[in-house]
Amino acid sequence: MNDLAFQLLLALDASLRLAAPLMLCAMAGIFSERSGIVDISLEGKLLASAFVAAAVTAATGSVWLGLAAAMLSSMMLSVLHGFATITHRGDQVVSGLAINMLAMGFTIVVGHAVFARGGQTPALTDNQRFSPITLPFADQLTAIPYVGPIYKELISGHSLLVYMALAAVPLTAFVLYRSRFGLRLRAVGEVPEAVDSAGISVFWLRYRALMLGGLLCGIAGAYLSTASGAGFVREMSAGKGYIALAAVIFGNWRPFRALGACLMFGFLEAMTARLEGVDFPVVGVLPTQLMQALPYVLTVLLLAGFIGRPTPPAAIGQPYIK
Amino acid sequence: MFKFLGSPPPLPRWAEVLLLPLINLFVAFLACALVIAAIGEKPVEVLWTLFQGPFLFPGNMGYTLYYTTNFIFTGLAVAVAFHAKMFNIGGEGQATLGGLGVGLLVMALGSSLPMILMVPLVIVFSAAFGAAWALVPGYLQAYRGSHIVITTIMFNFIAAAIMVSLLSGPMMQPGQMSPQTGPFPGNAILYKTHDVLHWLGMGKVAESPMNLSFFIGILALIGVWLLIWRTRLGYQIRAVGHNPEAAHYAGINVPRVVLLTMAISGALAGMMALNEVAGAQQRVILNFSGNYGFVGIAVALIGRNHPVGIFLASLLFGALYQGGTEIDFNYQSITREMVVLIQGLIILFSGALYYMFNPWLARLLYAILPRKASGEGAAS
Repeated sequence: MNDLAFQLLLALDASLRLAAPLMLCAMAGIFSERSGIVDISLEGKLLASAFVAAAVTAATGSVWLGLAAAMLSSMMLSVLHGFATITHRGDQVVSGLAINMLAMGFTIVVGHAVFARGGQTPALTDNQRFSPITLPFADQLTAIPYVGPIYKELISGHSLLVYMALAAVPLTAFVLYRSRFGLRLRAVGEVPEAVDSAGISVFWLRYRALMLGGLLCGIAGAYLSTASGAGFVREMSAGKGYIALAAVIFGNWRPFRALGACLMFGFLEAMTARLEGVDFPVVGVLPTQLMQALPYVLTVLLLAGFIGRPTPPAAIGQPYIK
Repeated sequence: MFKFLGSPPPLPRWAEVLLLPLINLFVAFLACALVIAAIGEKPVEVLWTLFQGPFLFPGNMGYTLYYTTNFIFTGLAVAVAFHAKMFNIGGEGQATLGGLGVGLLVMALGSSLPMILMVPLVIVFSAAFGAAWALVPGYLQAYRGSHIVITTIMFNFIAAAIMVSLLSGPMMQPGQMSPQTGPFPGNAILYKTHDVLHWLGMGKVAESPMNLSFFIGILALIGVWLLIWRTRLGYQIRAVGHNPEAAHYAGINVPRVVLLTMAISGALAGMMALNEVAGAQQRVILNFSGNYGFVGIAVALIGRNHPVGIFLASLLFGALYQGGTEIDFNYQSITREMVVLIQGLIILFSGALYYMFNPWLARLLYAILPRKASGEGAAS
């Protein structure tokens, strides 16, 4: 295996790491938006749960408690989003924005008050984090050309949460397309009246969709602060929730296509980090900051119908009035 | 008694404009007080510091009005788009581009023009760049059917990326390591208010970053009022906002109105750069837009999209920002980000949960207020 291919393998490995929180948030976004609720609060849920995961882990010493608390806190924000948009028919974008701001203010204020480190949580030790898991036979198989290195570098050696993110995609697809709940969920995002006339509660369905999303965002948040990082720093989510939302749109509100978008966005991010300051022949140094905007540019182009046509759920953004 | 169980009676206008926003604000502060109590401080004391912050020291009022200026521009930007039922959450990116426009203009012309020509150009460039950055999402909404909310979010990030790459590259001050331009020459700046007052013989006025763009903001408030309620375009904007199909049927060119509305909205957001870039900093620094674009949404929500309301809401938020610094000084355990939390709560209660108290209040007022004899009372 030559050097270039090995470099590519490492880049793909980094892409997967960077894409993991995007994947979880994108699946959360699919659940919510497929049920008819715009969810720009992915960002806030991600940020809040990253903080809660790190704070609870630092306080109790158990990363599992941290993960559970992160999922719970993120679900609570989902319920708040539902309370505002489903029960009280508030504007979904405004509610999402409010949650994002609440999360930003809350994490810094509470973090500062509890830990007095300028909004950071104490650094977590290795046994307080989700550390990389070496899959069986990873070392023995390296001798096999191609398969061995790919297995060792790309597939093995991630934290449990990355594998959870990878599992979340087929699970989401299964729930959405193969379960009764999923069928109703998709229906409620298209023609809620039909679901209502079948005697199924539109409100409760949408609440459940949002809470499922909250659960997934919670895992993503825990990943940021207890697996990829070792503690919480302020504004840790850094727009990842919005990129995940872009991936949802890019994936046309379908799980596997969204996965593709997440991996692509993760790859772009990994490449920008790698190519920073590298002087190429002919083109020179690439404007890496501009490359970071590529996911957003691509999404705008897609939305404008220059790359395919997005088909959002028909009832998205409209509160249901019984 | 149970006549209105399904749909509540309409709220009297004064209650809708005055009472309900105040109740929503009150609940937001109540929720914040709970957070403060949970942290272990005295809520009343902290909130009192927050509110008297703007008035404690000489110069604080200037700071308050300096923050207020930002909110006037971004609040107006959101409000104008709201009148056409469009949600421009790209104020952040449009303000960034406005600052970029000013920076590029100053870099290109240097101190070659006299102030009397340069300052109007600075104003035009901030507005034009902001307008251009809003026009693209407007165009995509009007002609390509992509949703303005998503596009403007994406444009915020694209603007930020452009800003970072320019400020750490071609526009960076030579010999400096921080991503910012060099200081502007004296012909391209908006004077600080305390300097102007000093020259006018008002004696020594406490220093603050407040500058002449505050008065441009006041003009913008009046201008938006005239535009929305006194011009043909304003009428068209409101018509499109109420019912695009009806507006189209009445012969209004809806896509054109969408484009113009977004351009005006973006221009207003871009003019926020006048306060921060041309007035306060007198150079382009990274992230000068500092979330003001997002808070503009809260300002427009509380101000009910009316210039008078927006001015009052901007004052409130300006005072909160200034109060946040006082809190930073006075309390060990509370940081100024408390203000971000309050903003979130205000957006939640005044925006997303706007209808929560509405039916209760309507029923209550219906029950306690005297009614005209010929009204609904006689019918039952």
